[in-house]
Amino acid sequence: MKKQELEKVAGNGLINRRHLLGLGLGGAGMAVANTVLGQDLQIPDWSKAPGANASAYGSRSPHAENMMRMAGNPNPIYPGGGASRSPLQHLQGTITPNALHFERHHAGIPDIDPAQHKLVINGLVRQPLVFSYEDLLRYPMVSKIYFLECSGNSGAVLRQRDPDPNGTAQSLHGLVSCAEWTGIPLSTLLDEAGVLPEANWVAAVGADAASMGRSVPIGKAMDDSMVALFQNGEPVMPGQGYPMRLFNPGWEGNTSVKWLTQLKLTNESPHFRDETSKYTDTLPDRSSLKFTFPMGTKSLITSPSGQMSLNQRGIYRVTGIAWSGSGSIRRVEVSADGGRTWADALIDSHQSEKSLTRFSIPWEWDGGDAVLQSRATDSLGNVQPTRDSIIAEKGLITTYHNHCIQSWGVNSAGEVRNVYA
Amino acid sequence: MSTLKKYLMMATIASTAYLHLTVNSQESVGLGTPVTEDQLSEFDLIAGPDGDGFPAGSGTARQGKAVYDARCAACHALTGEGVSGNTIIVGGDMNSEGTPLRTVGSYWPYASTVFDFVRRAMPADAPKSLSNEEVYQVVAYVLYLNGIVGEDEVLNAETLPNIEMPNADGFIDQSHLL
Repeated sequence: MKKQELEKVAGNGLINRRHLLGLGLGGAGMAVANTVLGQDLQIPDWSKAPGANASAYGSRSPHAENMMRMAGNPNPIYPGGGASRSPLQHLQGTITPNALHFERHHAGIPDIDPAQHKLVINGLVRQPLVFSYEDLLRYPMVSKIYFLECSGNSGAVLRQRDPDPNGTAQSLHGLVSCAEWTGIPLSTLLDEAGVLPEANWVAAVGADAASMGRSVPIGKAMDDSMVALFQNGEPVMPGQGYPMRLFNPGWEGNTSVKWLTQLKLTNESPHFRDETSKYTDTLPDRSSLKFTFPMGTKSLITSPSGQMSLNQRGIYRVTGIAWSGSGSIRRVEVSADGGRTWADALIDSHQSEKSLTRFSIPWEWDGGDAVLQSRATDSLGNVQPTRDSIIAEKGLITTYHNHCIQSWGVNSAGEVRNVYA
Repeated sequence: MSTLKKYLMMATIASTAYLHLTVNSQESVGLGTPVTEDQLSEFDLIAGPDGDGFPAGSGTARQGKAVYDARCAACHALTGEGVSGNTIIVGGDMNSEGTPLRTVGSYWPYASTVFDFVRRAMPADAPKSLSNEEVYQVVAYVLYLNGIVGEDEVLNAETLPNIEMPNADGFIDQSHLL
């Protein structure tokens, strides 16, 4: 395809998404090559001797080991508390490998023997019940692809009055991941115990040292919540709640209680620490929002993104992820001029509800300054807001539930940096 | 054994049985073991604003000082003023200039949450090592440091959930927004 045939659809080099296939853009960036390879190709050594044997449990290529979670340092006065962030800028598609799924723990990862673990359902039920892991494995299960996002994700973008020049997709936004979760619809288990009419809430408690609790309205519990036993086909990782976790699709991650051991039906919420002192949003008028459950409509360009560099002028594949806690992603737009003009990106993955969706669009970098942004719209018509509008609406006292547009600045040297625009 | 249970056991080896089972999932599978609330009295730590779930026992701030100094002060300081942001548990004013300091006293809407949290998660290095009596005492002391209860006020299952917290009316419930 000749360059002059490329249809520009927005300012500063954005190209019609329909050209993506014709351009054959496979990597982060590609200039149109017009010189012949300077050497003859040879058969490589690894094609001349038998390789390693099959293994009991696979490991990735040593050449791909730069894909690591980013974890904070241990804090002696908060033993086991902390988070690790997914390397979003290195991932493609929509599924996060289990070993790279983000983590947030409040008292470390318990070492649970599934044969000793119990799941109790009590409170406002006809018959309190206790289930073993073996019991639960015999129940009908469903498999769904869902994202999970910590409600503190992207908070630094609000907290830092000046943009962190070292910020990356991972360091700023890595508390979101996506997996296929397999488990038992929560409604199935609650029906076994028989929910009484006065039960309005399900209080869920984990078996970690914090016995962390969150409460979920009965409407959600009977809708799409599940007790997840498997993550991308294998038992949920210890850091994700082995042997079982609650999973509330689309809702702030903290509600999806890990190491789930109790579900208590109550009339009023117990108002646990993590739904009063924490995960609440104090507004400029000093009132505070509690039980803010669905995560906002959001997207993020993962390539090019912070700390990457563009080595030559030419055509690049701009790509990223989008998600909504309330529905599916209907549209993602991309801007290369800081939000002045926008072009529709190609959705090049599934668009299922409450999951990550992948988008991309070709862009020709002319060697000048650019500000790359993406803006998602979900199936309910919710549009991702700007940083300024979030701050105008919610202030800066707290920074949970931030879903603002991320800006990546590109300078004439090709350096990509976190900026506010 | 019910027909459905037979299908369940077959499901592990026959996918056609699994499909049939899914269709019939509104039927009870019935693999949970009945348990009584009495049998859960040590296991169920949930204590809510409605007073449900509080155990026997009582305590005052005067009694709680010794427990607090020994088990809590390393992180929260003898005064409750903490050693870092998240460990400050006294003071603050939601109507102060700038960013308000949000603590147990200035922010938490319910005294029940203090009891529930301390009993399940504190001290952070040895959660659930305090007796119920000690939890009542320590909660009384923390509320006393915040000027919310008197030094000899007795907290128990009856009195503690009824304590009015300064920011009790400060929250807007968003749980209806799905």
